[in-house]
Amino acid sequence: MNKMPAVSKGDGMRGLAVFISDIRNCKSKEAEIKRINKELANIRSKFKGDKALDGYSKKKYVCKLLFIFLLGHDIDFGHMEAVNLLSSNKYTEKQIGYLFISVLVNSNSDLIRLINNAIKNDLASRNPTFMNLALHCIANVGSREMAEAFASEIPRILVAGDTMDCVKQSAALCLLRLNRTSPDLVPMGEWTARVVHLLNDQHLGVVTSATSLITTLAQKSPDNFKTSISLAIARLSRIVTSTSIDLQDYTYYFVAAPWLSVKLLRLLQCYPPPEDTALRSRLTECLETILNKAQEPPKSKKVQHSNAKNAVLFEAISLIIHHDSEPTLLVRACNQLGQFLQHRETNLRYLALESMCTLASSEFSHEAVKTHIDTVINALKTERDVSVRQRAVDLLYAMCDRSNAKQIVVEMLSYLETADYSIREEIVLKVAILAEKYAVDYTWYVDTILNLIRIAGDYVSEEVWYRVIQIVINRDDVQGYAAKTVFEALQAPACHENLVKVGGYILGEFGNLIAGDSRSSPLVQFNLLHSKFHLCSVPTQALLLSAYIKFINLFPEVKATIQEVLRSDSQLRNADVELQQRAVEYLRLSCIASTDILATVFEEMPPFPERESSILAKLKRKKGPGNLPDIDARRNVNGNTEHSEKPEPANKSSFALLADLLPTNRPRPASASPIMLSTATLGSTPPITALLNLNSPPSTGASLLVDVFPESSCLTAPEVSEENFFRFVCKNNGVIYENQLLQIGLKSEYRQNLGRIYVFYGNKTSTQFLSFTSSVTSPDSLKTQLIVHAKTVDPIIEGGAQVQQILNIECVSDFTDAPVLNVQFRYGGTLQNIAVKLPVMLNKFFQPTEMTSQDFFQRWKQLGAPQQEVQKIFKAKHPMDTDVTKAKILGFGVTLLERVDPNPENFVGAGVIHSKNSQVGCLLRLEPNTQAQMYRLTLRTSRDSVSQRLCELLSEQF
Amino acid sequence: MQFMLLFSRQGKLRLQKWYVPLSDKEKKKITRELVQTVLARKPKMCSFLEWRDLKIVYKRYASLYFCCAIEDQDNELITLEIIHRYVELLDKYFGSVCELDIIFNFEKAYFILDEFVLGGEAQETSKKNVLKAIEQADLLQECMTSIKMNSC
Repeated sequence: MNKMPAVSKGDGMRGLAVFISDIRNCKSKEAEIKRINKELANIRSKFKGDKALDGYSKKKYVCKLLFIFLLGHDIDFGHMEAVNLLSSNKYTEKQIGYLFISVLVNSNSDLIRLINNAIKNDLASRNPTFMNLALHCIANVGSREMAEAFASEIPRILVAGDTMDCVKQSAALCLLRLNRTSPDLVPMGEWTARVVHLLNDQHLGVVTSATSLITTLAQKSPDNFKTSISLAIARLSRIVTSTSIDLQDYTYYFVAAPWLSVKLLRLLQCYPPPEDTALRSRLTECLETILNKAQEPPKSKKVQHSNAKNAVLFEAISLIIHHDSEPTLLVRACNQLGQFLQHRETNLRYLALESMCTLASSEFSHEAVKTHIDTVINALKTERDVSVRQRAVDLLYAMCDRSNAKQIVVEMLSYLETADYSIREEIVLKVAILAEKYAVDYTWYVDTILNLIRIAGDYVSEEVWYRVIQIVINRDDVQGYAAKTVFEALQAPACHENLVKVGGYILGEFGNLIAGDSRSSPLVQFNLLHSKFHLCSVPTQALLLSAYIKFINLFPEVKATIQEVLRSDSQLRNADVELQQRAVEYLRLSCIASTDILATVFEEMPPFPERESSILAKLKRKKGPGNLPDIDARRNVNGNTEHSEKPEPANKSSFALLADLLPTNRPRPASASPIMLSTATLGSTPPITALLNLNSPPSTGASLLVDVFPESSCLTAPEVSEENFFRFVCKNNGVIYENQLLQIGLKSEYRQNLGRIYVFYGNKTSTQFLSFTSSVTSPDSLKTQLIVHAKTVDPIIEGGAQVQQILNIECVSDFTDAPVLNVQFRYGGTLQNIAVKLPVMLNKFFQPTEMTSQDFFQRWKQLGAPQQEVQKIFKAKHPMDTDVTKAKILGFGVTLLERVDPNPENFVGAGVIHSKNSQVGCLLRLEPNTQAQMYRLTLRTSRDSVSQRLCELLSEQF
Repeated sequence: MQFMLLFSRQGKLRLQKWYVPLSDKEKKKITRELVQTVLARKPKMCSFLEWRDLKIVYKRYASLYFCCAIEDQDNELITLEIIHRYVELLDKYFGSVCELDIIFNFEKAYFILDEFVLGGEAQETSKKNVLKAIEQADLLQECMTSIKMNSC
């Protein structure tokens, strides 16, 4: 296994080979690190030593450093020695010097000057091998400093008459790299015209490199490189008509110059179809020849042959789709892809599905693509590779129109039942969009969305269920059906919480439409909803309470029953402030408000204003703007006729509607959030909280139902700052975030499964912060595990002032993620947007436990299952001080058990993690090894996720 | 092409070439994620996958995985053949190449790649020309080594 390699060409470095063997012989990560540290110390002393090193040794050591770096270790010295090698006149030393610089140097200002100097000398050397080394280095590093130094020199080398071909090739791609990293520094000029003529060069290697460069330049300024069109077509034509021997070594497995062909076809995609008819027909001929060749029997059975051939074919099809102007070619392309859909090579099936997605958006080929629907559906059912199935879903989505929408939605729904978890959310979004876009009758739409919730409730995002409610509210022809359908769906013994949300909302608004039937009388409806209440999360319970008060308005006959429920201890003394507040307010409202007032307050929701579907926006966000075929506007690059199928007006109006369901900030007549109503001053009153002196936070639960398009969603989300996160693992107070304007400090206290954080916002400037808001958001998975209530803060912070915000926290079950504090304010006219990861970690809910040595080890043994233990061995990042370690372990939240471990050097601790759902006992042991400067940390708990997370958190601290 | 990674079945990185500027931290993160993703795939699966906003093209040769990240507009199949041509070049140079050759002569693997692909684009696709360039360099090394020997 660990033999030395048989071949070692050129100038082998024995010392290096021995070192690599040593590393490979290391039995453990620790041994490897030890060996590396030894070598680093050795190299350091050699570099620092008095004796001047000869070039060979310097090269050897630099090479060793490079090897160590490539193993994944940090290297912080040796750069100077590598730079020295650059000016060696021995090629092999120079080469290693350049390799080190290419891999390891980032713009370190002191060295860059020296490096650039060496490069300059080599470029001027007129020795092609040295020139290429220098050019490769520039192309590999591609830094701004290098662009500044060489961006004007390289074009000269590229077009000079006496430059060797191999140097031209490197120069072209070197310039391409500089143009990608610092386009502003690459000057356009007289050389650009001469670069285009490289497409005519005798040397195909030069043409290959030049084509890449010209494509990059043409993408930026197409007008300057228009002359390349005719040259590229001429070149392409010569290649596709050549026989396989014409191009000698540029023929690859019987395919003539496949790389160059692909690049030329790619270059042509920077432009519309040529206007010159002769040129245009020559290109059409080329494309036809490529399509014809696909039908010829293969010249070789090797996969390389078919890959190279098909690479050219797919690029040709991309060009045909890009031009979108030749119906015959488009249909031929579609038929060719249709053949590939059933090919035995998975790769080809994948690419055919991908390519057809774009064909589906051309008006010429849309119908041709649709004929393959059965094959695509079959792919969805039978492909064994999830990435291929994903492509099939994309294609079905792209080929969907009114004629096949029902079939496609049915197939996607049935696929959803077994779909991979990784793509479920996306399928849900796609089905929701298609169902809405192509709904002719909205009962089908309602059925489809309820099916989505039934099949994949967990993946139905807020946007989707908000949307169905908006549509039902805006279309009165479907309201009765919707009420009946949700009522029936709620009968299922186990239904998803999202269904309870939709059901609660719709019955609260439109339950009266089915109340005439004795099987769905008001009381039956109420009992049905309330039977789900105790199973739901707080936000849903809040929504249900709102539905109840709407019931009181709709059905006076159930008022007493509902009041009874609101009055019960479980509501009025609910531990959750939001629910308690709602219960109190609604109960009070139902007692003191007259029926007229109730009817005004709980009037039916008015229609929502029309906007783009937020679901579509979400899908776009998810896929990135480039990756989603736009099913509305069929793609049209060259101003050709648009696709005939436009959404019809009636459909469009309902498609585009969207807005807030229950905006608390923009009052609506029927807002069901707990607005305070005093009978005296109905309409413009302070919140009921003020009246009842409860001092509870504003209705965060209601915000769940609020704006689907919050103002902040238009802003690009700020990057979440995490840099101080791990500093708070073992402590509760300190500064979590600071920039030039704002300082955010925290003071936290925890008791069992509850916590409270005081957040202090300090305005460091002398100017007011306006519209200051701060809220806490959690990733979806965390929402059910950790509940965070943020109280509001004053919207204005005076210059130099500090304001405080209180966050109340409840740990429901063990969790890994952390909530994010989002802060927004205006400072001097610009909106500031800050996101900070809040240091609420699992260990904050520790209660320390005392144990005897005997108990400890007995318990330790009981937790011996492999998944209960997590162990990590890591290097000390801080000095290994016993007292500091003790303080950190105590800060972590466990008891430090003295004289329990037989080895007095070791630390052991015990504690219990408290969450609402469970209590998890936890034992830990930390074994320091001062000699090796390493620790071994072992955690045992009854739950693997807890062991895992605690180990991650604590191991970062030493 | 944005980058190319070579790693073993055990997930050990053998060669990394980056054609876009990224921090070391980011490179490590990408490497970790991709190695995990690719190793988790079954043998008969397709050689392409979407990853972040990139397309990943990979192929396994004996114990080594060759993995390239290309952009949305780039051609998957031709990238697959870039991998194959690189393997051919290594094979020709080392004489039926194995993972050990690449471990012990990693610098050579980098030099060969630079002659073939530069700035993320194929520079010279003729096998003969690439090997000629590398052999010339080796020749330079050898004659210089012999000069050194003589001078000692």
